[in-house]
Amino acid sequence: MQATSESGGGLSPIVKTVARWMAGFILVFGLSVVLYGHLTPGGGFAGGVVLSAAFILVVLSHGRREVLQILSERAPTIYDGLAALAFLLLAVLGYAAGGFFLNFLPKGQPFQLWSGGIIPLCNLAIGVKVGACLFGVFAALAVFRHLHQRSA
Amino acid sequence: MTAILIGLFALLIFMIVACLIAIETRDLLSAVVCVGAAGFGLALADLLLSAPDLALTQMVVEFICVVVLIRVVVTRQDHTHETPKDTFALAAVVLCLGLFLAACGFTFAALRPFGAPLFAGPEPTMAGQYVAHGLPDTGAVNYVTSILLDFRGYDTLGEATVIFVSIIGAYAVLRSVGRIGHASHK
Repeated sequence: MQATSESGGGLSPIVKTVARWMAGFILVFGLSVVLYGHLTPGGGFAGGVVLSAAFILVVLSHGRREVLQILSERAPTIYDGLAALAFLLLAVLGYAAGGFFLNFLPKGQPFQLWSGGIIPLCNLAIGVKVGACLFGVFAALAVFRHLHQRSA
Repeated sequence: MTAILIGLFALLIFMIVACLIAIETRDLLSAVVCVGAAGFGLALADLLLSAPDLALTQMVVEFICVVVLIRVVVTRQDHTHETPKDTFALAAVVLCLGLFLAACGFTFAALRPFGAPLFAGPEPTMAGQYVAHGLPDTGAVNYVTSILLDFRGYDTLGEATVIFVSIIGAYAVLRSVGRIGHASHK
C-alpha cells in the first residue's frame, strides 16, 4: 500500500470510495463552520482548516497523479491571493462609510444567518484564504515536489 | 471549580510528559504522535476552560499538522545521529531551568487567583464593554467573532498578513523555478 502511494497511484479502491464519500461531508462541515462563524463556535480560521482537510484527504487517498489532472499547481496560490485581497477590500470599503474596518452593512436580526454586517463576508474570505494556504503548503511539500523532480 | 482545576492539572501533566517523550524518543514517528497528543491535550484544556472556539481551531490544526508531518517528514530517512552528552551543556541546562523555575515562582505569586481575571472586575472594564456592546454594535451572536472581526479587525488583518507572508515564503523555497535553475547550474 505504501509503495503504490509513493508512486502516485493512490490507495486501494475501498479507501478511495470511503474517502470520496467522506470528503463531501467534510467540505459541507467546513463550509457550515465558516458561514455560521458569527452564530456558533468556529469561524473563518477553523472552517478553513477543515476545508483544507477535505482536499488533503483526497490527495492522500487518490494519489497525486489523479489530483494533478484536475487541480493545477497554481490554484491554491490564486485562491489564497484573491481571498486575501477580498478581506483587505472589505476592510478598506469601511472608509466609504466613515472608517477603517467599519461595519457598514445592515446588522440584521440576531441569530439569523444574514446578520452581523460584514462579519460573515470576512469569515468567508478568511476561510477560503486559510484553506487555500494550508492545502498549498501540503501540496508544495507532498505533491509538487515529485512533479518538479521529474520535470527538472 | 476544583473539579475543573484537577482536570486541568492532569491535562497539563499529560502534555508535559508527551512533550518530554517527543523530545527524547529516537523514533521520528513516535515523536510526531507525541506532539499530536500534546496538542490534543491542549484542545481538551480549552474545552475545560469553556473556550469552544479555541478548542475547535486547535483540534483541526493539530490533526492537519500531524497528517502533514507524518506524510511529509516521516517517510524520509532520519539522518540525525546521537550527540554525546556534555557535562558543561548539562550544567547550563540545569542552571537555566533553575532560573526559569525561580522566575516562575515569583510570577505566579504575583498573579491574581485562578478564575478571577483582571478584566472581570465590577468596575467598567474592556471585557465588560465588549459584552455590553457586542450584540448591538455588530449584530453577531458569537462574541468571539464580533471581537475578532469587528472590534479587533485590524489585528486579524495583521494576522492574515502574517499567514500570507509565511506561505509566500514557503512557496519561494519550494517553487519550481528555483529548483530547475539550481539543477541547471549544477
